[in-house]
Amino acid sequence: MSETAHQSPHHIDVKEFHPRAQAAIHNPKIRQNFRKAMDGLMSKRKSAFEGWDLETLRDLGANIRLRALANLPDLLEQLEEKLTENGIKVHWALDSDEACRIVRDICVARDAKSVIKGKSMVSEEMELNHYLEGQGIEALESDLGEYIVQLAGETPSHIIMPAIHKNTGEISELMHEKTGTDLSHDVEYLTAAARQQLREKFMNADVGVSGVNFAVAETGTLCLVENEGNGRMTTTVPPCHIAVTGIEKVVPNLEDVTALMALLTRSATGQHITTYFNMISGPRKADEMDGPEEVHLVLVDNGRSSIYQDDELLDTLRCIRCGACMNHCPVYTRVGGHTYGTTYPGPIGKILMPHLIGLDEGRHLPTASSLCGACGEVCPVKIPIPDLLVRLRQESVDGDKLHPARVTGHGAKRGAMEAMIWKGWSWMHAHPGAYRFGTNMAARFRMLQPGQIGGWTQYRTAPKLAPKTLHEKLKERGQ
Amino acid sequence: MVDPIKVYPPKPSKVYFYGTCLVDMFYPDAGMAGIQLLEREGIEVIFPENQTCCGQPAYTSGYHDEARAVAKAQLGLFPEDWPIVVPSGSCGGMMRKHYPALFKDTGDDVKAAEIAGRVWELTDFLLNVCHIKLEDLGEPTTVAMHTSCSARREMGVAEVGPKLLGQLSNVNLVEQVRTEECCGFGGTFAIRHPEISGAMVSEKVDAIVDTGAKDFVTTDCGCLMNIAGYAEKNRKPLEGQHILSFLWERTSAKKGERS
Repeated sequence: MSETAHQSPHHIDVKEFHPRAQAAIHNPKIRQNFRKAMDGLMSKRKSAFEGWDLETLRDLGANIRLRALANLPDLLEQLEEKLTENGIKVHWALDSDEACRIVRDICVARDAKSVIKGKSMVSEEMELNHYLEGQGIEALESDLGEYIVQLAGETPSHIIMPAIHKNTGEISELMHEKTGTDLSHDVEYLTAAARQQLREKFMNADVGVSGVNFAVAETGTLCLVENEGNGRMTTTVPPCHIAVTGIEKVVPNLEDVTALMALLTRSATGQHITTYFNMISGPRKADEMDGPEEVHLVLVDNGRSSIYQDDELLDTLRCIRCGACMNHCPVYTRVGGHTYGTTYPGPIGKILMPHLIGLDEGRHLPTASSLCGACGEVCPVKIPIPDLLVRLRQESVDGDKLHPARVTGHGAKRGAMEAMIWKGWSWMHAHPGAYRFGTNMAARFRMLQPGQIGGWTQYRTAPKLAPKTLHEKLKERGQ
Repeated sequence: MVDPIKVYPPKPSKVYFYGTCLVDMFYPDAGMAGIQLLEREGIEVIFPENQTCCGQPAYTSGYHDEARAVAKAQLGLFPEDWPIVVPSGSCGGMMRKHYPALFKDTGDDVKAAEIAGRVWELTDFLLNVCHIKLEDLGEPTTVAMHTSCSARREMGVAEVGPKLLGQLSNVNLVEQVRTEECCGFGGTFAIRHPEISGAMVSEKVDAIVDTGAKDFVTTDCGCLMNIAGYAEKNRKPLEGQHILSFLWERTSAKKGERS
């Protein structure tokens, strides 16, 4: 793995959103790759829900998640108890560093030198690969998309489809350069080549690391959704399996999983079901032929319990990581996932990342939305993403004395000039006489209106003031 | 985000007209058209003179104290129990959906909720409360329509515009690709993220131009300013109008004024 340069997300300055967005906008390849991919995903989702009462199903999904969150502390205790009964070792991690250390300690105890990984966004959040490499432990991604991204020394640009920013040609060149495969646009060939490269690693890995889609408290079951079989290999072939998950992924019963699964796969990739659905309930038993000797679950907090304290921000934790908000976001479609510079990009990233990194780092994230509402409209568990964006905008400028901010780094975006402009704006619009005088004067002297208005006239002509305001027209009419 | 079931009131004899600041300063004809359409339906229109702005620009920018001060100045303008009609999905959405949140934990929360419950987007009101019947007096024409995201998703009136235009016998309504996608306006978003907003509006304009329509109508002045402004600057053969101006022109005797 020494030839693969891992790039830690920490090397990306989140604050540099603007220049990255500009670069992405002017990169026709990025624009084309994302437009094509997102158009496809949107239409697949639409047809996957045909014949379903989607609103009722979304209500059900939202309620399942809300009910789970309402009882989160109890459910987590129940989960720990059941998992322990089943022979799974449970670890609690307050932050990414602690979670990484737990994984390392398990590896060290087994004298493990190589880790094979299934797809896991929490491990991206933890920068686990980077950390393990630093500890002399090889960590190889086995999800095809993640594998490609790892070969390229990049981070995922989408939470479901990590390599969606690359087209077949780019992937072919990358694999040729890094692994010596032939240059080919034949997807079958490329997939087979990657499979061959990975197969050996599966057989020899000391530890398998995976994520978790749902953790069922009642039965102590870890559910894992995937399409390639690499998740099943990761969790069964190596002698030790470590699952990592955020603390919010717990649901009370197996029944809850049914509805959430129906929503998850359709929302994410437009599939009715995935190829594999793994339910892990313990290590290999004495009379069983295969499966790992030991199974661990690392429950990662990493800022989640602080969101949990707030009635409004809590809704962020409903997320089941389907990525539909990204697929439908007109901003994400234009700039792609890497522009955000965050583990989770797109709309969910904009409301989740400020909790993980603070608003001083992520101050631009909540503004990078036209508040069009497409994300909230498609969210299978009805997270009110636009409302949460407004809430975080308020926190980023400390703009509400009545409802003080809760997220770290609040007020980081407040500028003296901007604050003064809004104060003046507010005074004028709260005083109708001043407003009418101001707007009448503006209409009268509209010839003096500036022809250039910052970013607006970069792409459009300046709006033209009417010769008479509606107020004036109606006054003339005697109203 | 969308009301699951909308309970429309019976047709009233009077309504409050809330003009919005963009209509007031930039598109007063759209406001006049809305008022005339209501009057033609036999409704008396009351325009509270002290209205200014709903407060949305500051609200979505995070300046909630400032937004609240402006919104509070509007709360006293509608003392009677008449519907409040707004020629904008965006300002309508602010008043209907966000006033209750904005005034949470203040002494004005009950009043804000009461007013929010009386706010209607004007085209929705014309179609579903007034049950308006439009007679087309215009020449045959082809138009495209862009429904604002707030009209579509906050106010749930995406079907209304096409239905109203469908009543006009000489109007051929064409649909652009990705009709549901945002035009990139988003208030201060267009200023804060000009490149992204510019990319969005350029694709929206291309999509509309590709329909072959030379004219488009919208429910919101923000989208109108954005789409028409881009078309003008980039010399695209496209002109825009607020849907209310269009409906009034097509159905009043004063034909051909615009062309």
